[in-house]
Amino acid sequence: MSDIGMLNTVKAAEDPVRRVLDGPRGARPKRTFSRTNIFLYGTLIVVALYYLLPLYVMLVTSVKGMPEIRAGNVFAPPLEITFQPWVKAWAEACTGVNCEGLSRGFWNSVRILIPSVLLSISIALVSGYTLSKWKFKGSEVFFTILIVGAFIPYQVMLYPIVIILRDVGNFLGVQLFGSLTGLVLVHSVFGMPILTLLFRNYFASIPEELFKAARVDGAGFWGILFRIMLPMSLPILVVAIILQVTGIWNDFLFGVVYTRADSYPMTVQLNNIVNSVQGIKEYNVNMAATLLTGLVPLFVYFVSGKLFVRGIAAGAVKG
Amino acid sequence: MKLTTKLLGLTALVGATQAQAVEMEVMHWWTSGGEAAAVAKFAEALNNNTEHTWVDGAIAGGGDVARPVMVSRIIGGDPPAAFQFNHGRQAEELIEAGLLLDLTDVAEAEGWEDIVNPPSLLDACTVDGRVYCAPVNIHSWQWLWLSNDAYEQAGVEVPTNWEEFVAAAPALREAGITPLAMGGQSWQQSGAFGVMAIALAGEEAWLAVNQDKDAEVARGEDYTRVFQAFADARDLADGLDVQDWNQATNAVIEGTAGGQIMGDWAQGEFAVAGMTAGEDYTCLPGLGNTAVLSTGGDAFYFPVTGDPEIEAAQKELAALLLSPEVQVAFNSAKGSLPIRGDVDLTTVNDCTTRGLELLAGDNVLPDGNLLLTQDTITQTNDLMTEFFNSDMSVEDVQEQYAQIIENAN
Amino acid sequence: MAIAEDAGARAAPREQTVRRPNRLLRNLWPKFALLPMIATAVVVFLGGTLWTVVYSFTSSGLLPRRNWVGLDQYDRLWSTTKWIVSIQNLALYGVFSLVFTLVIGFTLAALLDRKVRGEDVFRTIFLYPFALSFIVTGLVWQWILNPDFGIQGVVREWGWESFTFNPLNDPDIVMFGLLIAGLWQGTGLIMCIMLAGLRGIDDDIWKATRVDGIPTWKTYVQVIIPMMRPVFVTAVVLIASGIIKLYDLVVAQTSGGPGISSEVPAKYVMVSMFGAQNLGQGFAASTMMLLSVVIILIPWAYLEFGGRRRV
Repeated sequence: MSDIGMLNTVKAAEDPVRRVLDGPRGARPKRTFSRTNIFLYGTLIVVALYYLLPLYVMLVTSVKGMPEIRAGNVFAPPLEITFQPWVKAWAEACTGVNCEGLSRGFWNSVRILIPSVLLSISIALVSGYTLSKWKFKGSEVFFTILIVGAFIPYQVMLYPIVIILRDVGNFLGVQLFGSLTGLVLVHSVFGMPILTLLFRNYFASIPEELFKAARVDGAGFWGILFRIMLPMSLPILVVAIILQVTGIWNDFLFGVVYTRADSYPMTVQLNNIVNSVQGIKEYNVNMAATLLTGLVPLFVYFVSGKLFVRGIAAGAVKG
Repeated sequence: MKLTTKLLGLTALVGATQAQAVEMEVMHWWTSGGEAAAVAKFAEALNNNTEHTWVDGAIAGGGDVARPVMVSRIIGGDPPAAFQFNHGRQAEELIEAGLLLDLTDVAEAEGWEDIVNPPSLLDACTVDGRVYCAPVNIHSWQWLWLSNDAYEQAGVEVPTNWEEFVAAAPALREAGITPLAMGGQSWQQSGAFGVMAIALAGEEAWLAVNQDKDAEVARGEDYTRVFQAFADARDLADGLDVQDWNQATNAVIEGTAGGQIMGDWAQGEFAVAGMTAGEDYTCLPGLGNTAVLSTGGDAFYFPVTGDPEIEAAQKELAALLLSPEVQVAFNSAKGSLPIRGDVDLTTVNDCTTRGLELLAGDNVLPDGNLLLTQDTITQTNDLMTEFFNSDMSVEDVQEQYAQIIENAN
Repeated sequence: MAIAEDAGARAAPREQTVRRPNRLLRNLWPKFALLPMIATAVVVFLGGTLWTVVYSFTSSGLLPRRNWVGLDQYDRLWSTTKWIVSIQNLALYGVFSLVFTLVIGFTLAALLDRKVRGEDVFRTIFLYPFALSFIVTGLVWQWILNPDFGIQGVVREWGWESFTFNPLNDPDIVMFGLLIAGLWQGTGLIMCIMLAGLRGIDDDIWKATRVDGIPTWKTYVQVIIPMMRPVFVTAVVLIASGIIKLYDLVVAQTSGGPGISSEVPAKYVMVSMFGAQNLGQGFAASTMMLLSVVIILIPWAYLEFGGRRRV
């Protein structure tokens, strides 16, 4: 569920964008080891442990050997560290006839990811900009339909999309279904509701005066977008990129339905490794494969955590 | 050598002057140990014997995950060269819609009608006299796999039928062994029910329900007995929390469970674990009560592409799948029986021999997959898994089952 | 503002009047630019939905076909135990997920907002699960909750032999096993939204309440939360859209089991369509899901966009 919508809402008068940069706003806690402080940090640390537990389990398990896993519990630290599971998950694990592990899918995923992220964000950016600054009669109606679309389970749309891709492809005389282009289009379509909402709310928060002044100066639709709006959009672009990278990288359903075997993304291999039980379930390889697949979005989150909150403050809370 | 000649003949038949190398994407959900090894035999055969290359489209997670992908690809106009289905009624609609390649000329040239045994498997591929799929193996559900080790630990004889199996259960419990290993997935529980129905209600009653959809028989005494036994199984399986069928098989292999009702594919797992039939484990066809095999299996279908080169390659592959060498290699690896009676498996063990004997003696029934629609099968699965994981009464489950049969077509 | 100046310089010769240059172009570009979105909304979402509804009145099996059967699919849907169980499960999961996500999300955000040292570290820890897919989430928690190797096993190893915590194999509490995993994955995002909302609260409010001697918790309940109403609306809509789509997690963690005790509507749709090869039944179930979405969403959309135009 990366299609998270930062559904708009707050029609706050303040400018939280700048505010977030200033740091926390709550009442200042006392600087001593007061009871409040112990309670505060105690709670945070306990909760943090709950959140970290699965990551710990994954890491620890991925460097244990199978006999050790069967003997001990999932939380026990490894007695003997082995990286064999990681090697196997990356390069040797078999799915069907192919024994190349996840490595086969990594570059496919990258090839799917980059154009999908670029196209989906571009379309949503332009749409959000239009909806906030260049409204015309009926534009909100289409937008409402789009938002309802954010609630539709993807699986329901599987066959309609297949038929649309086939018919549009036939109409244009190109093979859309089963091609990278088709998959990129599908990702753009399903990323659109949330991203458009995000950009629409963000641009709406940019002062109207700036926009009016530019219009008076004769700048047109694209001029204002590229010269004024785009340079100001960094926070919201970061949020959009994070959401799309996560969503598209983690996608299994579209990747497996709308591509061919030789261009399956990494998640399809992950499913094949995890769901193919070759004799005994190799938990260590499964965990290593899981971590390897999650590495890209995890990296993005760890690197850009701060920007993410800032961007959400800008796009979600401001309306 | 023989294979090459046959293929040459086939090439001439389909009228391609020269075989063009085609990359054939083949989709299937065979990803577990024995399955993957078996499908590799197909890939090898295609790569070594023809100019074409096998592009493997494995999707793990079983038919429910793989099937929508296959169907999407077909209706989307970008079909794979071939795909695996459990044959029978699942593909009916695709054939009616004209989406699948007619293999009748291959079947005639290769004489499938004479070699495929039991013939019901070829019948399942045939619609209005035309052949649309290539059956590759025979699977039968009717097996009870027993761990000799577990019974030794408990100090009781290895059972020879269901009644003995139930009777021996308390001794196993005492030794800390779960009598019956059952995975958590609905098809496993439903499958076990099917096996018990044939074994305990008898062939006639089973056919009346599954073939003629006679709900009165399903409400009758014979089936009450089956449901009572199924309720016993529910108690016997208590205490082992596993999901996948091969995890359950593994419990039998390790001797932590007494037995498992599972199809012959479980034998692949015993083989991988290096166990010998008769010594380490025992198999009872038809639960030891009614020695009969239901014969279902897997088949490959070939979508219509409109491209003559691909079509030629598809027909070559179809013929190749049924050729004797490939049949032996594939079925030995998968633990299933070959669909032709005229070949010998290289690695025949005790259990396989018993299966082959039953087959030769014509003690066969068609598989439930061939008789029921996928919709009915799913309804049955849901009901059986609900029963198996709750305290639903025998009367309730029997009545609901009878209603499903009543509405089946 | 160099850009604005630049634009101003170029447009200098023009009169600053209300006259709009390139009126046609200006009115055309926005419509042109919105075409992809309009096409998506109309063709994919509206079209796909209508298509689904239409075919829910057919007996389509493996392939969509137009053999009309009226309301038969709906009759069968509502007489199927699994569907009823699915809805009950979703309601149970939905209520608990909504309440807990909001409470945990807000509490964490409020704690982090109290000038906590290492805020970045805590925030990252709370948010990182969101980077992982539900499939991964389900697998990891399936394992942690595994009775033999996981929590139950560890506690028993410590000597508490009778300790029982086996939610994934107990039909009565299996939904809570799913909830533990779902909350782990989703609360971080809600916390971020709440945190962003809290940062939007004016510092003067805090000063004022402190001067008045109002306890901190009371300030949150009586002043801050009412002020954050819109943030909560955002969060609720977000969580709700996630709840309705609940599918991957169930498949990865329990496959709907034990028995049918953790089935959910989205899974019912998938299994009907692709497992049972009964598209009509799957479409009928998805139509019911869509209907409930519309019922939930229209009032919200009316509040948000309403007043200006009908929605």
